[in-house]
Amino acid sequence: MSVASASRAAKTTPRPGGTLYRGHEGMWSWVLHRITGVAIFFFLLVHILDTALVRLSPEAYNAVIASYKNPLMGIGEIGLVGAIVFHALNGLRIIAIDYWSKGVKYQRAMFWTVIGVWALLMIAFVPRQIMVILSEVQG
Amino acid sequence: MSTIATPRSPYTRTPRRGINWEKAGWVYMRVSGVVLVVLILGHLFVNLVLGEGVKGIDFAFVAGKWASPFWQVWDVLMLWLALIHGANGMRTIVNDYASNRGLRVTMKTFIGLAAVILIVLGTLVATTFDPCPQVSPEQLNLLPSFCPPQ
Ligand code: HEM
Repeated sequence: MSVASASRAAKTTPRPGGTLYRGHEGMWSWVLHRITGVAIFFFLLVHILDTALVRLSPEAYNAVIASYKNPLMGIGEIGLVGAIVFHALNGLRIIAIDYWSKGVKYQRAMFWTVIGVWALLMIAFVPRQIMVILSEVQG
Repeated sequence: MSTIATPRSPYTRTPRRGINWEKAGWVYMRVSGVVLVVLILGHLFVNLVLGEGVKGIDFAFVAGKWASPFWQVWDVLMLWLALIHGANGMRTIVNDYASNRGLRVTMKTFIGLAAVILIVLGTLVATTFDPCPQVSPEQLNLLPSFCPPQ
């Protein structure tokens, strides 16, 4: 097959058969899953260290945890929660793809379900978090 | 003995001895994932959404939670499951991208060390925690209200 006809064939069959992770929802969900996984891992390292301060003294713990309450960190927490919720929901989708006999067939629908549920949870969380940030600023 | 398989012969697995650790890791990612959904989303809900949200978190808040074995078990379980899950995931990513063997071994050593040290530290902190420690007088107001007067 010539290069031209190969690329024409690629255009008429946009999704190569038998691949889930090449292109489209299958690939982008994987990219997002990987990025969020790494981000959560590094946050977890720091979070265990800051929590360990409860064993040192109430004063030390409160001083460090106070930094989580400044408005900038409050916004950062929205990003963190968004990353965790995506990773958690998409993780369930991966498990369904691997163990459920119809998982591969519905992987695309499941991806958009993940996005939908993620959006709903964030619509619930973000206003709550903004209220908390504002009450912190106003004392 | 022929070295080339007969054309179109079906794929056969080469039997291997011992435990398939790569598969065990693969299964672990999924089993721990299911449990972590409950533990982590519950953790976020109780700490960030209920009550005053992140504003309400201080020593007394943690002491109130860890005065109960329920939250101690919850948090220690979450610690172990999440760190091993995260470290194993990071191992996969290092294997994917670090093409140099020395770099790969170094990075995986650091990931493993970080996981082990933080699991030990976190477990000790959560299990030896005293919600009413002896403190200097100016810290007395930071203790939870259920502590007896010192
Ligand atoms: C909230 C519940 C969670 C679920 C349901 C979940 C699920 C999953 C699943 C199914 C995988 C794929 C494994 C594979 O492809 O073999 C994975 C990978 C990963 N997870 Fe999680 N996970 C969760 C929480 C976490 C946490 C807390 C961390 C960080 C400490 C984390 C870090 C990672 C990393 C770094 C990877 C590797 C990504 C990759 O190979 O592309 N996950 N997770």
